[in-house]
Amino acid sequence: MTVFGTGAATGSYDELENTDVILVWGSNTQECHPIIFNHMRRGIKNGAKMVVIDPRRIDQTKLAYKYLPVRVGTDIALANAMGHVIIEENLVHQEFIQNATEQFELYKKAVQSYTPEYAEKITGIPAEDIREIARLYATAYKATICWTLGITEHHNGTENVFSLINLALLTGHIGKYGSGLNPLRGQNNVQGGGDMGALPNRLVGGWNVDDPEGRKLHEQVWGVSVPEKIGKHQTLMLDAMEQKEIKALYVIGENPVQSDADGNHVQRLFESLEFLVVQDILMTKTAMLADVVLPATGWAENDGTLVNSERRIQRVRPAIKGPGISRHDHEIIQDIANKMGANWKYQSAEDIWEEIRLLAPNFAGVTYKRIDEEGGLQWPCPDESHKGTPFLHGRLWSKDVGMKAKFVPTDYQPPAEVPDQEYPLMLTTGRRLQFYNTGVQTSNYKKVKNAEEGLEIHPDDAAQHGLNDGDPVRVSSRRGSVVTKIRISNKQPRGLVFMTFHFPDQVSTNVLTNHATDPLAGTAEFKACAVKIGKHEEEYPLTEAQ
Amino acid sequence: MENQVETICSFCGTGCGLVVEVENDKVSKVKGHKENPSSHGETCVKGALGWEYINSDRRLTEPLIRKNGKLTPASWDEALTLIAEKFSTLKDKHGPDAFGCFSSSRSTNELNFLAGKFMRTVIGTNNIDSCNRT
Ligand code: SF4
Repeated sequence: MTVFGTGAATGSYDELENTDVILVWGSNTQECHPIIFNHMRRGIKNGAKMVVIDPRRIDQTKLAYKYLPVRVGTDIALANAMGHVIIEENLVHQEFIQNATEQFELYKKAVQSYTPEYAEKITGIPAEDIREIARLYATAYKATICWTLGITEHHNGTENVFSLINLALLTGHIGKYGSGLNPLRGQNNVQGGGDMGALPNRLVGGWNVDDPEGRKLHEQVWGVSVPEKIGKHQTLMLDAMEQKEIKALYVIGENPVQSDADGNHVQRLFESLEFLVVQDILMTKTAMLADVVLPATGWAENDGTLVNSERRIQRVRPAIKGPGISRHDHEIIQDIANKMGANWKYQSAEDIWEEIRLLAPNFAGVTYKRIDEEGGLQWPCPDESHKGTPFLHGRLWSKDVGMKAKFVPTDYQPPAEVPDQEYPLMLTTGRRLQFYNTGVQTSNYKKVKNAEEGLEIHPDDAAQHGLNDGDPVRVSSRRGSVVTKIRISNKQPRGLVFMTFHFPDQVSTNVLTNHATDPLAGTAEFKACAVKIGKHEEEYPLTEAQ
Repeated sequence: MENQVETICSFCGTGCGLVVEVENDKVSKVKGHKENPSSHGETCVKGALGWEYINSDRRLTEPLIRKNGKLTPASWDEALTLIAEKFSTLKDKHGPDAFGCFSSSRSTNELNFLAGKFMRTVIGTNNIDSCNRT
């Protein structure tokens, strides 16, 4: 969300209970963020209309006022057509556009060609439905948009997000209680990882790496200079490994060999490294390739803070000791640093937090003591008397707007790979309730249902291939192939099949997916790739079936 | 350590508040934390039951070093000294941009902060990313 200078949800969960329209765009909130979905559910009870925009008829569509079955990867065309309608029917918030935004004319020109009829051809959504939802959103008193992976896991994911921000700017649905733009974060501390500067272009507290003021502050606090050159994001690092430019890698708590798009390729890259250090709580496929493996403590064992999807800084606390001689992540890093000549003296997670407060103005008012006494606080929280900030960008409605919000025109581009004669089906990947990413954490927990990978497919597509529910099937893309089982599902539209990436020991879904990357954010194209399927004759080895 | 500890769920980005109950040095039960302002005591099935993985026999319990192609148990000092030496040699030979770090979007702010500080001030590169950019 560079439009506003920060990458975070603008609102709070409770606002979902006090709004009039909720656009749930490319987010299976019910399964991926069940408790945020409970807030939406209460919002619906209070009278909000929920619109679900998703290629799959997921369960939450049952609660929807309207369901728009958008074709995979065509979200920009839909958003632009909504913008087209809002402008054409003069439903824009004139005053807000004038006072708080820039580049409206540019946007207006960009969406001129996106008539609902044109968008219908691309998205598959009837023009009349596009008009209706555009009007519903624009004329609501309060309206909010929530999205997740469905929007960002595309090669043009950043543009997708801009296309949604543009809608909020058109209508003024931003910077007010009950109106906002909310990316729901997949893993528990995606927000915090970014806020802490674990990004190639950001320092602690969201400072750009090349911002002189931020650099100066870091150099004052750290007493050493900070490299100037913007670093490589994950996908560029993989490319640099391929070019033999990156020779040593330090992987902390991640399993990229299993969770990255195009898994076979990633494994080869890791094998070719000169030196690989993996620090984790479990033995993973990535750890098996390492030169040194370091055992870390995990949930319920370590101390520190996290930031959730409503920007709330919360404490995790140790309840038990870690297994064996495992140690806290931050102690391990400090020891390596000091062995390499640094002189760090953190005695606790809190000592580290105190340094974070010096560098991140938005966190400066938050102390461990305050969290213990008052509960988690929402950033920005600039000083110790500040109560935290439930929603962002209120300034856009004040006289003193400050930096204006820019419209960023976007254009629809087809997915990097589309079905053709040889690979006639589109595959998307996603999550199911109860499972978590690559299953490192959850695949051995007992109470799970459906603990088995499967290829979800429309009944007619299955019939066309002569496949019945439960049949073993080989799924192949241009990059690799896997064997799994057919699961006939009415959630799927024709031509679209669905798999999760929860069970890498059974089925490595990510060997199929595409390495094409969003040039701005470095998010790989997990969501769409072309595949073919065929009956698999041998018995499918259900090695890890629970 | 107390036998009831307030903490936050380790799974999705909702960040629900949990209360962890401990018996005989093991987690015995996890329930929602009523006073948590984000989740008001609610949890989903993952938050309430999915934590069993912490007792998995795939947990790492000691440092491992690859010797003759095989990962072999080692002491902390041996493992960390090897890393420091190898990192220093590679940095002298190839420069700081020959390094990269994938940091965890499941881990704490404090870890991510230190990983960034380590890469920027000890190694000297901005090649760091939190894995899941969503
Ligand atoms: S309890 Fe469920 S909804 Fe809440 S953070 Fe954990 S996984 Fe997410």
